[in-house]
Parts: sequence; C-alpha cells; structure tokens
Amino acid sequence: MNTPKYARQMETLRKLSRYLKPYRVYLAVSVLLAAVTVALTLYVPTLTGNAIDFILGEGRVDFPRIIRILIQIGVCIAVTALAQWIMNICNNKMTYQMVRDIRNDAFQKIEILPLKYIDSHSYGEVVSRVIADVDQLADGLLMGFTQLFTGIATIAGTLGFMLSINVGITFVVVLITPLSFFVAGFIAKRTYTMFRLQSETRGEQTALIEEMIGNQKVVQAFSHEDEALEKFDEINGRLQKYSLQAIFFSSLTNPATRFVNSLAYAAVCVTGALTAVAGHLTVGQLTCLLSYANQYTKPFNEISGVVTELQNAIACAGRILELIEEEPQIPEPENALSLTDIRGNVSLSDVTFSYESGQRLIENLNLTAKPGQRIAIVGPTGCGKTTVINLLMRFYDVNGGSIRVEDYDIRDITRKSLRAGYGMVLQDTWLKTGTIRENIVMGRPDATEEEIIQAAKASHAHSFIRRLPQGYDTRITEDGGGLSQGQKQLLCITRVMLCHPPMLILDEATSSIDTRTELKIQNAFARLMEGRTSFIVAHRLSTIREADRILVMKDGHVIEQGTHEELLEKKGFYAELYNSQFG
Amino acid sequence: MKKLLVFLKDYKKECVLAPLFKLLEASFELFVPLVVAAVVDNGITGGRNGYIVRMCLLMAALGLIGLVCSVTAQYFAAKAAVGFSTKLRHVLFAHIQSLSYTEMDTIGTPTLITRMTSDINQVQSGVNLVLRLFLRSPFIVFGAMVMAFTVDVPAALIFVVAIPLLSIVVFGIMLITMPLYKKAQAGLDRLLGITRENLTGVRVIRAFNKEADEWDRFRTSNESLTTLQKFVGRISGLMNPVTYIIVNGATIALIYCGALRVDSGVLTQGEVIALVNYMSQILVELIKLANLIITVTKAAACANRIQGVLEIQSSMQAPKTTAGGRTEEDAPAVAFEDVSLTYKGAGGESLTGLRFSVPKGSTVGVIGGTGSGKTSLVNLIPRFYDATKGRVLVDGRDVRDYSLEELRRKVGVVPQKAVLFSGTIRENLLWGNEQASDKELYEALDTAQAREVVANREEGLDAAVEQGGKNFSGGQKQRLTIARALVGNPEILILDDSASALDFATDARLRKALRNLRRKTTVFIVSQRTSSIQHADQIIVLDDGKPAGIGTHQELLESCPEYQEIYYSQFDAGSAKKNAGKEAANA
Repeated sequence: MNTPKYARQMETLRKLSRYLKPYRVYLAVSVLLAAVTVALTLYVPTLTGNAIDFILGEGRVDFPRIIRILIQIGVCIAVTALAQWIMNICNNKMTYQMVRDIRNDAFQKIEILPLKYIDSHSYGEVVSRVIADVDQLADGLLMGFTQLFTGIATIAGTLGFMLSINVGITFVVVLITPLSFFVAGFIAKRTYTMFRLQSETRGEQTALIEEMIGNQKVVQAFSHEDEALEKFDEINGRLQKYSLQAIFFSSLTNPATRFVNSLAYAAVCVTGALTAVAGHLTVGQLTCLLSYANQYTKPFNEISGVVTELQNAIACAGRILELIEEEPQIPEPENALSLTDIRGNVSLSDVTFSYESGQRLIENLNLTAKPGQRIAIVGPTGCGKTTVINLLMRFYDVNGGSIRVEDYDIRDITRKSLRAGYGMVLQDTWLKTGTIRENIVMGRPDATEEEIIQAAKASHAHSFIRRLPQGYDTRITEDGGGLSQGQKQLLCITRVMLCHPPMLILDEATSSIDTRTELKIQNAFARLMEGRTSFIVAHRLSTIREADRILVMKDGHVIEQGTHEELLEKKGFYAELYNSQFG
Repeated sequence: MKKLLVFLKDYKKECVLAPLFKLLEASFELFVPLVVAAVVDNGITGGRNGYIVRMCLLMAALGLIGLVCSVTAQYFAAKAAVGFSTKLRHVLFAHIQSLSYTEMDTIGTPTLITRMTSDINQVQSGVNLVLRLFLRSPFIVFGAMVMAFTVDVPAALIFVVAIPLLSIVVFGIMLITMPLYKKAQAGLDRLLGITRENLTGVRVIRAFNKEADEWDRFRTSNESLTTLQKFVGRISGLMNPVTYIIVNGATIALIYCGALRVDSGVLTQGEVIALVNYMSQILVELIKLANLIITVTKAAACANRIQGVLEIQSSMQAPKTTAGGRTEEDAPAVAFEDVSLTYKGAGGESLTGLRFSVPKGSTVGVIGGTGSGKTSLVNLIPRFYDATKGRVLVDGRDVRDYSLEELRRKVGVVPQKAVLFSGTIRENLLWGNEQASDKELYEALDTAQAREVVANREEGLDAAVEQGGKNFSGGQKQRLTIARALVGNPEILILDDSASALDFATDARLRKALRNLRRKTTVFIVSQRTSSIQHADQIIVLDDGKPAGIGTHQELLESCPEYQEIYYSQFDAGSAKKNAGKEAANA
C-alpha cells in the first residue's frame, strides 16, 4: 500500500471517529460483548468434548459429571446468546445513528453550498454521495463492527484453544489454510477478466436496449425492428458466452474452498486419531479439534470479504466527507439587513464577473433599473445573459463592482429578503414532486383557493389543470410526469403570479409556449408588473420590443443599450439580429 | 411465472443433471460424520492405525468426489440459467418491439428497460440458485435427520423437534423482516428523491427561500428511516442468538440422550459424535435455504413482471401483407373522414371531427397552440395510433388495410425530437433505405440542408454518431433526421415541428428544396411558426383538437380569428400588414 493513500485512509478514519464519538459507549459495550461471545462460543466445543470423554461405553458413563458439564454448556449458551443479541443492538444503533448524522450533515451542506459547486458537479454524482456512498458506508461499518472483530478474535481464540489441546495437530491446520486462500485467489483472478467482459457486454447491450426501446417510436416509424433485433441477438450471443464463463468460474470458489477444508478436516482426523491411539489425545479432544478445524477456516473467508468491504466503505466515507467539508457559500454578515420594503430600484455598477478566474466574462457592467421598468437582455447563446440573472439573485457573487437594491449592497442584506423580492421564471422548468397545488403555493403557502385559481387563470394554466384527472390535486413527479414542457412552464409562471413580487426575472420563460398563449401571458405579466421592475431574457425579439431598456450582450459585454427604436436607429448588432428574424 | 419456464425447454438435461450432481455432493458430505464415527469406534478404540489412515483417505476421497460432482453441477446450472435468460431476453426484446405506441405510452419506456435488464438478471440468478441449492439444502437438512434415524431412533427424535423449531425461527424472522427491508428501501428512495430535487431545483428552492423547509423535510424522512432501520436490525439481530440456543440446546439433549443410550449399550461413543456433527450441519444449510428463498421470491416477482409484459398484446392488429386490390391512382394522398382520437386512459378527445383531403404532391401546414393536437393529427397517417372514430385513408385505402411495413415505407416521418442512433452518419441515414447509394444519401443531405454537417467532419459519411447524437447540435440533428426520412424516398413526408432549431434562412431553404423534390411528394409541415407554413397549399388550424379553420394563408387571414391571432403574435402589426399586402399583390 502506498503511503499517501494509506495516510488519506487514516485521515478519513480519524474524521469518521468524530461521528462515532457520541456513540462510543455503544462501541465499548459492543467490543466487550464480542470478546465474551467469542470466548464462550469457543469454550462450548471444549465442554462438549469433555462430556464425550465421559461417555466411554456400555456401563462406563459418568452421569453426575456429564450433567455438570451440560449445565455449564447451558449457562454458556444462554450468556452467549444474550451477549450476541445486545451486541447486535449496539452495533445497529451505533451504525444507523452515525449514518443518519452524516447524511443530515451532507444534506445541510447541500442547502448552503455555493451554486458554483452545484453547477459544476453532476447531480447524479452528488446524489450518489449522499445516498449510495453513505449506504455503502453503513453496510461496511456494520459488517466491520460485527464481523471483523469477532472474526479476528475467533481465529486467535481457536488457535489458542487448539494449541492448548495439541500443538502438532494445530500446525497441520495452520499449514493447510493458506491453500484455501491460494485457491480462492487463483479463481478470483481468473474470474475477474470474465466478469469484466461480462459487464462490458452487458453495458453494450443495455445501451442498445436504451437506444432502441427508448426510441421505439422512431424504430417503428422506419420499420427497423428486424435490424434492431439482429443487432441485439449478436450482442446477446456474446453475453451468453461471457456470462456462462463468469458465472461458472465464480461458482467454483465455494466447492474448491470446501474441498480444501475437507482436506484439513481429514488431516486433523488422521493425525488426531493416530495421536489418540498413541494415547496423547482423548476422543473428546479429537471431536473438539475437529469442530475447531471447521470453525477456524470460516472467519478467514469472512475477513477477506470484510476487508474489501471496509476499504470500499472508507473510500465512500472519503467521498462523503469531501462533500461535507466543502466550502459553503459566503456567510451573511452578522448585521445583515432584512429588506422589507423593496420597491424595485436596482443598480449595477462596474460589475465584473467570470465563472473561472482568468477567464473574462462580464466586465464593467453598469445598469440602473427604476420601479416599473422593463429591462430586456438579448444576445446570442452563451453571451452571458443568464449570468446576469445569477448575479441579480445572488446565486453567484460579483468579482468586482457591486449590485445594489434600494441602494443597499446586496451583500449586506439577507439572501432571504433579497430573493423574496424577486419572482423568477426560468427556461428550465423545475417542479417538485407533489400536487399541482403544492407547486403553485410554493412561494405563498397561505394562499387561498380563490387566489390560486385567479393566478392560474392569469397564466392560462387553469384550463389545462382543470382537465387533469384530479385537477389541482393531481400529483406530478419531479420531471413533470405527463405534463408537456409548455404546461410545466405555465405552472412555473402561476407560481410566481401568486407571489406578487416587487421584481421579476424571466429567463426565456415562455420559450416552450406557443406564441399565441405567450402573448396572452405577456399581457397578464404586464398587468402584474405595473409599477414593478422586471428583467427579461429572451431570444424571441418580438417579446422584448416593448422593454424600457434593452441590453444587447455579446461575449459577456454589453455592446449596446437603449430602447428598441434607438437600437434599430443605430443599425448595430441589435438591428442585425432583429432583421435576421423578421426581414 | 410458470409461462417463463418454457424457455428452459432446451435445457431439460441440464435442469435434471445440475440438481442431481448437487444431491450426490450432498450425500457424500453426509457420509463424513459416519466415517468420523467409524474412526473413533473402530480405529481409536481398537488401536488400528492402518484403518484410521484408510478411513481418512476415504474422507479426502469423499471430498474430491464432492468437488467433482459440485463442479459438474455448477456448470450445468450456469449453462441452463444463462441459456434461459438469453432466450428470454431475445423473446422479450422482440415482443417489446411489437408493441404499439399506445402500449408504450401506458407502460413507459423506463419500466420496459428495467424489465429487459435488471429483472432478467435477477431471474437468471434465481434460476441458477434454484438449480444449485433448492434440492441440496433441504436434502442436507432432512438427510442429516434421516442419517440420525439410521444411527439411533430416540436420539433422532431430538432432530424432529429441533428442525421445525429452527425453521420457524429462521423463516419467521425472514418473513417479518423482508417487508420491513422493502420499506427501508422505499425510505432510502425518498431521501434520494429529496436530495435530487434539491439539486435540480436549487435555484427555485433558493429563490423561494425554501432551504429551511427542505432541510426539515429531509431530517424527518431521515429520522424515520433510521428508526425503521434500527427496528429491523433488532429483529434480524435475533436470528443468530436464537438459532444458537436451539442448536446448542439440541446438542445438550443429544449428549444427554446419547449418554443414556451408550450406558445401556445401544450406542457407541463414535455414534454420539456423529449425531452431534449432524446437528451442526443443519443450521448452516437452513440459513442458506432461507437466503435462497428470499432470492427466489425476488426472482419470482421479477419473473411475474416480465411475464406481465409478455402477456400484453399489441392493441394494433395489422394484416401481414397489404390486402389485394390496387390503390386508386387519382385518390387523394391522405384523407381524414370525420376522424376523432381519444388516447387510452385520457379523459377527453384529443382530436375531434377532422375532415379534409390532401391531393398528391401538395403541401399541408398544420398549426396551433401547445397541446392543440398537431402531433396527434400527423401520427394517425403512419398509423402510430388508431383513430377512435372515423377513418384515415392513404391513397384512397384505409390505413388499417395496409401492412405496417408497407404503410410506413410510404410515409416518412421526422419526429419532433431529433433522435440519432449510435453508429455512423451513414448507418443512420440507411435506416430510411438500406439499399441507398452514396449518391442518394448526398442528395437527401442536400435537400435537408445537411450537406455541410457531413462536409465538416473529416470522416464524412462515416463520422461517428454517439448515443443520442450527443456530438451534434440540435439543428444538425434535426437536419440529419430530415435527411434520414428523405433517403427512404417517401410518398408522404411528415415534418413534425422538425425545423424548430433551424434559423429562418435555413428553414426557408429547406422548404424550397422540399418543393423541388424529384418525386412528387406530399408534405405535411407541423409548426408553431406561421412563416414555416404560410406558403402551404392548405393550412389546417387546430384549436384544442378541433379544426378551427382549413384553407390557404390568405383565406385564413381573412376568416379564421385563431390563425390571425397566431400570425399577429409573431409579426408586429405593421410589417404583418405589409406582408399581407405584398402577398395579396403577388396572388
């Protein structure tokens, strides 16, 4: 094992132990009970052996002694069982509560992570840290707690007990065990290649299935079913071959180790019996040794499993701790102001920003918006339109200059009050799992039924909601279920309509809605926005013509500013854009 | 589940041999305690060293024979299981492909993909395990008991008590915990859902200041999951201690009973040892059996789900070959006769009372708001869905009288979502017509304004396409899918909003190229942009599934308020009037 990796693992373990701290009593109890359990479990075969030694033959049975031993065995069993049960409970409590704490911390961190982190990591990756990795950690910990310690103790104990009975026979056992490892290792190495081939082919097949069944409508439209099946069968045939090899070879491990164990068993039997004939061993001791020989090999197989599981668990813990230790967004100052009376005065002065340091995106952006004004931002894709919105909402902080709302630097007021001042509709329509109603009242949980319906009517969502099976109580899944993109967008608009925010941000908010409905919604927005400030990002120029001020952006710079007429007059970039759409 | 067993038909031999060899292995295992007993009673007591060595060699030999048997069994089991799943996969894939759009809509693609992949894998390991263990484990358990009976009947009665007790404990605990584990999994899925939602919706959640609420929601779910996990853990934690008590309690009874029987001369010392050994063999196998039953139950559930899919019949029946009789030469290319469409499970009609006919070689524009039924209309022509009322005619013949293959060869479709398949550009284009020459491919690319897409790639037609066409932009994909449809040289071409990602100039060039196709092609253009359809010979305006107007651009501008609204929402009033005037002058 190379040192940096080892050091990192130790570091992870040290951090994990912080989470273990509140439950260290359980750990202590668990370890103690494990020791008791192992000792007693191993002592029972010795007692059984002793008892058998008093059953010599007809008329040669020492009942009083046997009964005494049997009572001892009974007590041992009772104590072992109890200890085992309590140990299990301790391990459970410790593991699950620890994991719960870790998960809570991870989720809490997600809520305060800067958007920069979330935007630059795939959702799947973060989710798998919080869910799959933590789950794996739980499994690993549980297995580690229950099996690693008892396993090692069992091996040590067994060796001790065997040595106490007969040194020679113990050596026989110790010499044969490595054989079992060797065989298992040999098989594992061979099967690894086959498993890799199997999983590669399986991946290939899954890709094909996803492609063909996922797009079955296209496949059918081109009557391409037979060709698809042909291709599928070709992969299927290869998969059959590799699967057979992988499954067969991997299933050899058990019989092979079983065979090695039976060799050990036979060896103990022959040496033991011969020693017994020579008078150095009783029959009871031989049975005892035989049962130890059986027990001795088992923990080895388990431990090798546990060690991989534990290594895996530590790797998972490393990933989850990395998330938990991630730098959170810049905390609000102690005396952050909670703005309650936002009228809609927004000003940007000398704003500079870029996602990556060294790269230049927005530079020296100046803009003033007064209550009731409509500011439109236009430009080709990737020019930084959405970035302006990220800055206004304070999803990202400016690198230079400042953004002020009602003359307060937005870094001096609480995020909560700033964001409560905006109503935001994005192109990426996000709805949460729940009913339509729950989604609409997101910004105002206390809204009345009339207000909800009124908002839905204003956004022209009411008519389609009414036609859904359960109306406003229809449940939707995260991806919107059966709703079309346009319908989802209408719901997002309704959500904002209900809030009456003093400022509005529309980022391609009507891109999936047909132009006729859009026009109607624009009118509703216009009514809503009277006396309020709005920022509109759009690529459809027809939707922004009436803006009080149009910002034309290109490559992160505002290259032109003015009203529609002024900009057309200028015959610059905007005029060019406009004419390409309507000329 | 039973119906799936037919796929094991070709592996009858393996299905018999695998368990058989497993039984052989198990029987050899059962001999071992008897051999040990013989060593003790005859070897040690009599001091016969030679006998001891012979017996132990026998033991090793038993182990070796066991190994051979077991390897043979594993091979047959693996062969049968893998062969079974391969066949099942083939049949299921072919079956899914035969399902019509309606079934695909109701079942859902993700479900079908799960059936094809993880469900079949589960069933495969289920079959494999059953063949390997389902006979072995019970055989060892009952075999041990039977062997005990051969040793001594009264002592064997202890087995008769212990085995049911053990079974009750092992199976009881598993039965109780299994649904609980399932519930815990559901709890974990809920946590996953919340986490995912908080990432995908991070902007909205923060914009609405919902962080604290979400945090509460997560903590509550997490807490209830933890409580449940601890509860399940407590129950399943009983398994080891309780079985330990039973097995060792039985051992105590055995020793005592054995002592009595040895004292009265019925049993030997070695036989007592054998009895004790049999007892310890039982527990391991019972636990294996219980685990096996869990796996098998899961596999059975998967098998039932798979069978469920196999039992779904396509709701669309089509003749294998198109019924006799010639199509009428002068019949319209497409005609709708009072067509209505209600999707399965939907509350109302998606299309109502459509009636129009399209002469061969003409261009039809279909326009309307979101959800007005534009796609539903064109989907009826290649018979992706069946009209619930009225009929759809292609070349004067009901689409239900065509074989699906012939109908779909006549009709080329460019769906809304531009889908390309992994492979090369050429492979994708050949979907339209396998025999097409490169010249034909380039012609189609030219018409689709996609020549430059190919020209820009070094490998030309052989440029790789990643899954889903990820390495092409939206507009490039759209043009390639249009080309793909054109390669088939269809009599009817349907463009379902398939030029939405193209800029206005390219869109215009595309429409012009389509008008100049060599073959007389009937074209349907579905669009939200009036500019894309205003030159069509016939425009169908849809409003909520009903025809709001059918006619030319000029006619509709004069008579159809819905069309006017759409038109004026896209052009500012001034230039629209100007355009209208210009066209009036041109007309």
